[in-house]
Amino acid sequence: MIQIENLHKSYVMGHNSLHVLKGLELGIEAGEFVSIMGSSGSGKSTLLNILGILDDYDQGTYYLGGKLIQGLNETKAALTRNEMIGFIFQSFNLISFKNAMENVALPLYYQKISRKKRNQIALEYLDRLGLKEWAHHLPSELSGGQKQRVAIARALISQPRIILADEPTGALDSTTSFEVMDILKEINDQGKTVIIVTHEHDIAAMTKKIIRLKDGVIEEVIKNGDLQLFKDRVRTE
Amino acid sequence: MFDIDRWNEIWNALAKNKVRSLLTAFGVFWGIFMLIVMAGSGKGLQNGVSEGIAKFAANSAFFWAEQTSEPYKGFKRGRNWHMDWEDLQYLKDKVPEIEYITPKNFTGRFGNGSNVIRGKKNGTFNVKGDYPDYVKIDPATVLKGRWINDLDIRDKRKVCVIGEKVFESLFEPKEDPLGQYLKISGVYYQVVGLIRAETQININGRTEESISLPFSTMLQTYNMGNQVHFLAITAKKGVPVSVVEDKVKEFIKKKHSIAPTDMQALNSVNIEKEFKQMSGLFLGIQILTWIVGIGTLMAGVIGVSNIMLVIIKERTKEIGVQRAIGATPRVIIGQIMLESVVLTTVAGYIGLSMGVGLLELVNRIIESAPTKSGDRAFFAHPEVSLTVAVSALVVLIIAGLFAGMIPASRAIQIKPIDALREE
Repeated sequence: MIQIENLHKSYVMGHNSLHVLKGLELGIEAGEFVSIMGSSGSGKSTLLNILGILDDYDQGTYYLGGKLIQGLNETKAALTRNEMIGFIFQSFNLISFKNAMENVALPLYYQKISRKKRNQIALEYLDRLGLKEWAHHLPSELSGGQKQRVAIARALISQPRIILADEPTGALDSTTSFEVMDILKEINDQGKTVIIVTHEHDIAAMTKKIIRLKDGVIEEVIKNGDLQLFKDRVRTE
Repeated sequence: MFDIDRWNEIWNALAKNKVRSLLTAFGVFWGIFMLIVMAGSGKGLQNGVSEGIAKFAANSAFFWAEQTSEPYKGFKRGRNWHMDWEDLQYLKDKVPEIEYITPKNFTGRFGNGSNVIRGKKNGTFNVKGDYPDYVKIDPATVLKGRWINDLDIRDKRKVCVIGEKVFESLFEPKEDPLGQYLKISGVYYQVVGLIRAETQININGRTEESISLPFSTMLQTYNMGNQVHFLAITAKKGVPVSVVEDKVKEFIKKKHSIAPTDMQALNSVNIEKEFKQMSGLFLGIQILTWIVGIGTLMAGVIGVSNIMLVIIKERTKEIGVQRAIGATPRVIIGQIMLESVVLTTVAGYIGLSMGVGLLELVNRIIESAPTKSGDRAFFAHPEVSLTVAVSALVVLIIAGLFAGMIPASRAIQIKPIDALREE
């Protein structure tokens, strides 16, 4: 699903150039449930931005679903994002003056689906996430967990092949965090590739594969079989 | 375009900054309001003046004698001279381009007292000696009786035609003036007509305050010999008045031994030229109106642009999210442009309506005000043509697009990644 080879990315700030990703190699198969970890400055946000086609890279190749993602213009990037990727953000990023249903329906608006139809689909998704009776509430009337569930519904509605979640539990308490992780796991069980960026070990431990970044390269990949070991290690840390 | 979400967005974006939106909208409103009111007033002035002079023969010129300014053929400079009645036939023969030629004489008002008496009533009025053809140059409506005719001239009849003010001061409102007698500077004249001027052009006093005698009668009664004070001439169709004017001057100077180079001795007014100047003036007023109006409008539009920029800044994150979940730059640009156009168009449309409303109100006041003939203000039917209204609307929409352009380009410069980055 995702094939990255020799990925380089630098940020130029004035006269200084910050080399963030240094020849990163990464392969993620369809249907995987992956977490990307790393201390701040390890390049995980940069990697996520590149994966999400929010940012371009300097060198290397990035294939998404067999398609080379390189030097896309904004329109193409937006269309590809809309079609392939569902985003979940730490701070939910719901639009404050739209109610839950309209927020969920927004990606379909960009696909020019009629209002009636997209609201109907949005209601279905909200129903799946147990939020049907909240459909006509504004984000300000929802709790954090509810907001994130609305955001998840919004990420799912365009039926993307990948869900990219940037610290999806970062703003939630542990109970709601686990609820959200359960939902993500369910989504993964239905066959979607889910990639989350997190710095919380217990959250990462709930995924099926952990990629640890350090200084712009992959330091360690912990796979299914070794997860128990990782969990134990987390406990001792 | 007609998706309710889009209008929802527009409404929310503008409603979030109510005061600012209103103030900005007021800028546009004021711009278009001023444009309409000024254009309408300019038109009103033009209409007023045109109505006042429209019926006056535009192809006419007038002549009167002044002191000579150059010595010629043994005459010293500063000589007093006058045109005479024979000049009429002379000019008709020499200048075939003349259509009508009429003389006009005036009596001075004697002292400060009244010069016209009827029974116990009296008044001071202009007394003019006129020719039958004069009404073909400066048209007048005959309210009662008739205008001076050829027989009056031939027989030097002691008759007169009076204006409305004269009637009002010397007669009872319901009285019939025809057949009555007026004593003008000691001589009795029978009233044969009551007239109302159709133009606002007055020669030696307003028509409604004037009494016209047959030209020949005036010459005889007031011992004027055969002199002519004032000459009115119209050119035949297709002949520029200035051609006739030049020829008339040339022949008159020749006949009266005036130096051909003497620019002062025979004075003249060319109405055609005056009209042209007038229309130039109105063109100037129109151009000025548009310059000032568009300037004001521009200020309003810049205000709109400004508020849109502020809105963009406040919505950076929202725009970032929209782009992350698939809004193409086109969608974003369309959204912002539409917001801008809506703001300017709504504000402008209100300004347009109120401007037109104000003009209509003024028009009604003017029309309902009791107007006596001759008291008309030089202002009538202030209006904006459909063309002006439509072009103002087009200007507005274009202005709205321009106003949206900078904010829109700013909005698509926002990278979603920057917008989403946690502070």
